[in-house]
Amino acid sequence: MEWETVIGLEVHTQLSTQSKLFSSASTAFGAEPNTQASIIDLGFPGVLPVLNREVVQMAIKLGLGINATITKKSIFARKNYFYPDLPKGYQISQYELPVVGKGFLDIILEDGSTKRIQITRAHLEEDAGKSLHEDFHGLSGIDLNRAGTPLLEIVSEPDMRSAKEAIAYLKALHSLVRYLEICDGNMQEGSFRCDANVSVRRKGDSKFGTRTELKNINSFRFIERAINFEVERQIALIESGGTVKQETRLYDPNKNETRTMRSKEEANDYRYFPDPDLLPLVITDEMIESVRSNLPELPQQKRQRFMDQYGLTAYDATVLVSSKPLADYFEIVVKESGNQPKLAANWIMGDLSAALNKDDIEITACHVSAKQLGKLIQRISDNTISGKIAKTIFETLWNKEGNDVDEIIEKQGLKQVTDTGAIEKLIDQILSDNADKVAEYRSGKDKLFGFFVGLAMKASGGKMNPQQLNEVLKKKLAG
Amino acid sequence: MNYKFITEFSNALHTKKISSVELTRYFLDRIKKFDKQLNSFITVCEDEALKEAKKADELLAKGQAHALTGIPIAHKDIFCTQGIKTSCGSKMLDNFISPYDATVVKKFKEAGTVLLGKTNMDEFAMGSSNENSFYGPVKNPWDLSVVPGGSSGGSAAAVAAHLAPAATGTDTGGSIRQPAGLCGITGIKPTYGRVSRYGMIAFASSLDQGGPFARSAADVALLLNAMSGFDEHDSTSVNKVVPDYSSTLDQPLNGLRIGLPKEYFGKGLDPEISKLIHEAVEEFKKLGATIHEINLPNTELSIPAYYVVAPAECSSNLARFDGVRYGYRCDNPKDLEDLYKRSRSEGFGSEVKRRIMIGTYALSAGYYDAYYLKAQKIRCLIRNDFVEAFKKVDIILGPTSPTTAFKIGEKVDDPVSMYLSDIYTIAVNLAGLPGISIPAGFVNKLPVGMQLIANYFEEGRLLNVAHRFQTVTDWHTKIPEGF
Amino acid sequence: MSLTTDDVKKIAHLARLNMSETNITLYTKQLSNILNFVEQMNQANTANIEPLAHPLDLTQRLRDDIVIEKKSARYFSNDCTQSGSRTLSRAQSD
Repeated sequence: MEWETVIGLEVHTQLSTQSKLFSSASTAFGAEPNTQASIIDLGFPGVLPVLNREVVQMAIKLGLGINATITKKSIFARKNYFYPDLPKGYQISQYELPVVGKGFLDIILEDGSTKRIQITRAHLEEDAGKSLHEDFHGLSGIDLNRAGTPLLEIVSEPDMRSAKEAIAYLKALHSLVRYLEICDGNMQEGSFRCDANVSVRRKGDSKFGTRTELKNINSFRFIERAINFEVERQIALIESGGTVKQETRLYDPNKNETRTMRSKEEANDYRYFPDPDLLPLVITDEMIESVRSNLPELPQQKRQRFMDQYGLTAYDATVLVSSKPLADYFEIVVKESGNQPKLAANWIMGDLSAALNKDDIEITACHVSAKQLGKLIQRISDNTISGKIAKTIFETLWNKEGNDVDEIIEKQGLKQVTDTGAIEKLIDQILSDNADKVAEYRSGKDKLFGFFVGLAMKASGGKMNPQQLNEVLKKKLAG
Repeated sequence: MNYKFITEFSNALHTKKISSVELTRYFLDRIKKFDKQLNSFITVCEDEALKEAKKADELLAKGQAHALTGIPIAHKDIFCTQGIKTSCGSKMLDNFISPYDATVVKKFKEAGTVLLGKTNMDEFAMGSSNENSFYGPVKNPWDLSVVPGGSSGGSAAAVAAHLAPAATGTDTGGSIRQPAGLCGITGIKPTYGRVSRYGMIAFASSLDQGGPFARSAADVALLLNAMSGFDEHDSTSVNKVVPDYSSTLDQPLNGLRIGLPKEYFGKGLDPEISKLIHEAVEEFKKLGATIHEINLPNTELSIPAYYVVAPAECSSNLARFDGVRYGYRCDNPKDLEDLYKRSRSEGFGSEVKRRIMIGTYALSAGYYDAYYLKAQKIRCLIRNDFVEAFKKVDIILGPTSPTTAFKIGEKVDDPVSMYLSDIYTIAVNLAGLPGISIPAGFVNKLPVGMQLIANYFEEGRLLNVAHRFQTVTDWHTKIPEGF
Repeated sequence: MSLTTDDVKKIAHLARLNMSETNITLYTKQLSNILNFVEQMNQANTANIEPLAHPLDLTQRLRDDIVIEKKSARYFSNDCTQSGSRTLSRAQSD
């Protein structure tokens, strides 16, 4: 029995405007409860919404970034339901005519191939406030600071077939909105919220299975785990004769399981209708062109350019463009290294990444500047130092125990030995000290080559140029 | 104090014959003396009024006053007034002190008016008789046993009984024009978007408009000028210059084409009222107008369409009244559901609940197309009727109501029969056109109103035609006996 | 269009209104009457007619993205939810 997973994703991105979608209150995160809610956000009698221009620009940016149609005339609709964090008793959203229509996002799979994920639509809506259940002794506190903050909800088609694909899509989208500077992508603060619709079906089935919705998961790692758990759960359920119930489920990262959300009663009838306090939003070709001409180079374009210009693999290019600061860092390193993109990529994705992860910091807080890394790589490529030695220099730089690569090389005497004469002399010495091993090698024990390399490296304090060492050693051993 | 009209009061103030404090005291005393019979005020702001009157007198002394400086005004209790109770005629907002001023209130403050108080109204503007108020019904000063009309019954009765020279109202299906007609005064509903809705508690957002009541078209012109204009806080507010309505009042009517819709003179209209309207038409002929018969074929459909669109929008607009952040909250709620349901059921009156239910139903899954969408399409048909008519005529004329004021309690148990009395006014809101009601006589001692409708943003023309009529008739000068 | 009491109960719940048994019967009758009345709309031929959401053919105006510091929720709730004594209508206190 072969099973296929079907995943669709809905992402709510909080747009990084100064003021709210329909009011002039601030959207800044972290203020004292209920200090950033105006009478409009509070739904007082008689108040009216007026649309934020910047939000429209951002929606257009997103639309262009996902190659979507921008709806020339979109409508705001009211979604009616009762909840204390929804002051007006309705949310202003978009229903039949969203501002952004069909688009797509290409993702890179683990094997390096590309898959195109279709995006159904993206629409504007206002955020609700927050309900806080702790600290209130059986009651709930409502903080309306968030009420009215602009959201852009991006809905994908159910095109993903594994948790890994889902994560690739989310990361690509996350990177895109940050490149476009429309969302800060801070999942901890709720700026980028992912809901996953997960279902399974027997391979070959054309109909979709019943799906469940996984909500409120705020890290990529947890989303991946949650999806995997849910898929297993559904398969087990069906195989044991049960049926999947259409419901919303939460993920418990401690237990690594999903469970039914405290059932929010029967499906709500939202009674959508066009908001009579707002008029149709008209977007002109001029507006779109103006936004298009000011777009930064987008991740997909940059990725292709990195592959073409720097000869990088698809995989490496994808990783390096995943954030704009990282991509910029890479390009500076390449320049400073005297054009060594392969080395630059390896170092950034290897040692540098490891150091960032270890200290849990972003590239923007990196302890080694792009210039420094570039210089370091240049010294490797011009044979001043070996790759091995470079790693120690890197550590010195990272720990701020030294500042200038050449100075460190000088001070610690790390220059690589490249003088053929010196190498020959050292090797002659080693071979004569280990004549028995030389004999064994000559009689067929090829593996002993590494033994001699090790001795040579040790004797030279690691400063021998590996290629030259290998050449000379081979020659000498051959007799 | 033998002045009746704002124009006269204003002149007297500017020529120092009276002071604003005197004028304000005069009306406050009349309110104290007469309002027990009418119940037209919910809140009277005596201290604030006298303070504002004093300030107005200072401006008048300095020569920095305008036409409305020092003129007392009453606001329908649907307009938010900062620091002052704003109840919307409902128990739901009986304890609500507004933290801000509606734009209309702000504009009148800037024009220098003096706030006498907040007037009674049908709860949340839903009603045609002012019998649906938490604060009790308002009586018609012409006959205390009949209704003044609604929902702006308090404002109309107050102006008719001369308890205030000016008052504001709102009109969603006729709630300014109908009470103006039933109370023998002048009231105008401007073009949709002419007057800001910010701070005007919403009933049906695509139909609501605020407008003034006064004794004459000339007075109304002054008030409309003060309250009209673009407001950045209202997305549906129109950015169009407000002409000086007073400057065109006296233009002659030669060549004016007046249309009489066949549908407005059918059965259902009291024949005595029809007679008065036709007499008024004769006056217009004498003034130089030509009369034409026109058709507004979808007139009857306006009522069912309205009674779907308006309740639908109101069911959503009133969802914010939930006992959580302000307004009425039930005692000792058991849980969230109980808080919502009891606060709303106890806070709202029965007509409001009825309309919320109808509106909720009309928008609900499976019914949206058949009701709400269908009603909006009929709205388009109705608008097209008017567009066609205005190709042939400049003004449409007819009665404001099919009958004179009915007895208090007569229609309370039959909502549909109440709705039918809006037949002449509702279509105007659906189309968003401006309409005015002016006194046209009496039948059995009860006032009869005549409605004039003009094309979009032609309030100036409406006021001009109304004013010219008022120069050759004196219906608008009458004050009810005993007041 | 006749509503059943079940319909009325559902609508009342959507609208967060309580309905006593007597009210349910009364509302069922009144709402059915109103709905019957509005059925008249079906007489009209509205094929090819666009719904008119707003009387004027206007489009949404945009506001600049600037924060305007105004008083916040705390201020409002203190000021507005007084019950009883402080908000006695002056007209009533005469």
